[in-house]
Amino acid sequence: MSGLLVACGGGGARTATPVLGWYINPDNGGQAELAAACSAAAGGRYRITVSTLPNDASAQREQLVRRLAARDRSIAIMSLDPPFVAEFAEARFLRPFTADEAGGFTAGVLTGPVEGATWHGSLVAAPFYANSQLLWYRKSAAVRAGLDPARSPVTWDQIIAGAEQAGTTTEVQGNRYEGYMVLISALVASAGGAVLDRPEAGRDARPTLDSPAGHRAADVIARLAHSRAADPGLATADEEAARAAFQSPRGGFMTNWAYVYGAESEAVASGALDRAVLADIGWARWPRVDPDRPSRPPLGGIDIGVGAFSSHPDLAVDAVRCLTTADSQRRYMLKSKNPAARAAVYDDPEVRRVFPMADLIRESIGDAAPRAKTPYYTDVSTAVVRTFHPPASVRPNRTPAAADRLVTGVLHDKVLL
Amino acid sequence: MTAATAPAAAPPGPVGRVQRSNGRTRAERRLGWTLVAPALVAMVGVTAYPLARAVWLSLYSYRLTDPAGRHFVGLSNYGVVLTDRLWWSDVLTTVAITVVTVAVELVVGFAFASVMHHLVFGRRLVRTAILVPYGIITVVAAFAWRYAFALDTGFVNHVFGLGNFAWFGHRGSALFVISLAEIWKTTPFMSLLLLAGLAQVPRELLEAAEVDGATRTQRLFRVTLPNMRAAIMVALLFRTLDAYRIFDTVFVMTNGAAGTETVSFLAYRQTITRTALGLGSAVSVVLFVSVVLIAILFIKGFGVDLARARGER
Repeated sequence: MSGLLVACGGGGARTATPVLGWYINPDNGGQAELAAACSAAAGGRYRITVSTLPNDASAQREQLVRRLAARDRSIAIMSLDPPFVAEFAEARFLRPFTADEAGGFTAGVLTGPVEGATWHGSLVAAPFYANSQLLWYRKSAAVRAGLDPARSPVTWDQIIAGAEQAGTTTEVQGNRYEGYMVLISALVASAGGAVLDRPEAGRDARPTLDSPAGHRAADVIARLAHSRAADPGLATADEEAARAAFQSPRGGFMTNWAYVYGAESEAVASGALDRAVLADIGWARWPRVDPDRPSRPPLGGIDIGVGAFSSHPDLAVDAVRCLTTADSQRRYMLKSKNPAARAAVYDDPEVRRVFPMADLIRESIGDAAPRAKTPYYTDVSTAVVRTFHPPASVRPNRTPAAADRLVTGVLHDKVLL
Repeated sequence: MTAATAPAAAPPGPVGRVQRSNGRTRAERRLGWTLVAPALVAMVGVTAYPLARAVWLSLYSYRLTDPAGRHFVGLSNYGVVLTDRLWWSDVLTTVAITVVTVAVELVVGFAFASVMHHLVFGRRLVRTAILVPYGIITVVAAFAWRYAFALDTGFVNHVFGLGNFAWFGHRGSALFVISLAEIWKTTPFMSLLLLAGLAQVPRELLEAAEVDGATRTQRLFRVTLPNMRAAIMVALLFRTLDAYRIFDTVFVMTNGAAGTETVSFLAYRQTITRTALGLGSAVSVVLFVSVVLIAILFIKGFGVDLARARGER
């Protein structure tokens, strides 16, 4: 009898610690480590358990939407791709932060990520890690192409012609997926335009690809797709396919996320890649579209939101505070090779050793252009990618207008997608 | 004819009996309703309610993630669906998959059924072997076939010396692999249904035909197949309805790319991925109506008698 009581008491004590469910995008275990560290630091006030979402961003969003639409209380905190923040906030799936809380989450954070996590003037998610793309190039190919991207900014026209001259490729992400939308959005932004006008107007936003900037973006894509610099697998290339081609003998130039250098270093350490290839890799800011207009690199990363239906919203805010401190972000950056959202992390000596291009990453994230901030982001992105795919089919004078028509139709439920 | 004249010819005496039996019929009917009531309630709860709700939702322009923007649009969602090229292209894809897979399954399934029917030795082993694919979960089977044909892990290109042929990169070849996987997976089901039909063919008829000098082919087409008609039609009906709603294999193999999207997949993408509940429900309702039409076509047009096929009559 007493044994039974003890057993019951033990069980009660265990369940007394509130459990906070954290739904994360898959990584190499970095977020799980932070969850454990913050649980330990909480001294029994809460315990964070991690649940892993599917691999690609669209599938992650799909699962979160499905659960949150059913008011899932088990989602205390969630890792969110910035483009989906507006949709989640508009659907009231996120518990917005108060001005006091927001102050802590934005102090010392780069502007791009803060802008991406804000909806209708209030911070609805906490920037956790940020990301941007760089121009990666093989120094040997750049010499043959007569370019020095590290010294002076290069344009897309230059790296396409240069890659042809050097007998190499310019790798980008051209598969029919979100990564291609990242490319299109950044090209349009770098040409001084935007995909949507008044995106916050929801379904009444006006698509603006049929504009000088949209035409310039389409022109770059068409020129690349029809040049000898295009990879034969351009229409199915994602980040990893591009990286594999870039490190092969035909690689010359590539736009890709900041993780590339870390991944190549690990490949060298495990013996999968020749050290000479790593030494040949250079980096510079994302290429310009217009020679005299600074580029707007893509913005990526992960924000952490607090679930609107969580049983412990205040504890969840505490947990997010712990997960997004500069120290947590520094540890995460070193472990997962994903750049921090807080500017100070880039001054850490260890970070600078692992990321020799730390300053460039910080500058790129700071100047990055968020993708269209609309509650209908998935519709907009899918419609644009569908019209622009395959890259070789893009016609600068027709494709942007066709994309605008499809986006308008889709937003007003006038066509299927 | 007899049924129509019978009451007029009935003598006055049995009127009381008719009334009594009417009372008994009523009691039996009541008992019948009482017995099916629990099942009926369950069916209404899990089938009729969601269906009615889908019809209701299909009259709105409504995003799950924009509840405030919900507004009534009447039948316009149906207009959008039925005039959209994507819908008709998906219908074409689905019909193509359905016709090809069901036709192949019927022929191969009949061959399997004959083997199982006529086998004397190793009957159990053969039946089990034939049924194995049907026991495998569709998603697992789809992954197995996808890996077999994939560029990186696949052995198919290697075995047939096809080099770097991207099976899932072209509409025709992708649909070929999808159909192949479907056929492999569901032929056993078809052969099971046909085996039941084969067992119903009276032995005496076959023997009599043989004595009369009918050849093998004549016996098959004049005796076996006509006597299996009900079973064949039921097998075709079930498989057609199943094949028309194909989803898993496409989802796993191509995710709808390369022109392989089917009608169910379209409904899934509108409802789940885009959370466009109004438009998605309209697609689902049209899909449901087309499935009902197929069933009516089979039952009225080809005279499928479900009760007879199950041996109730």
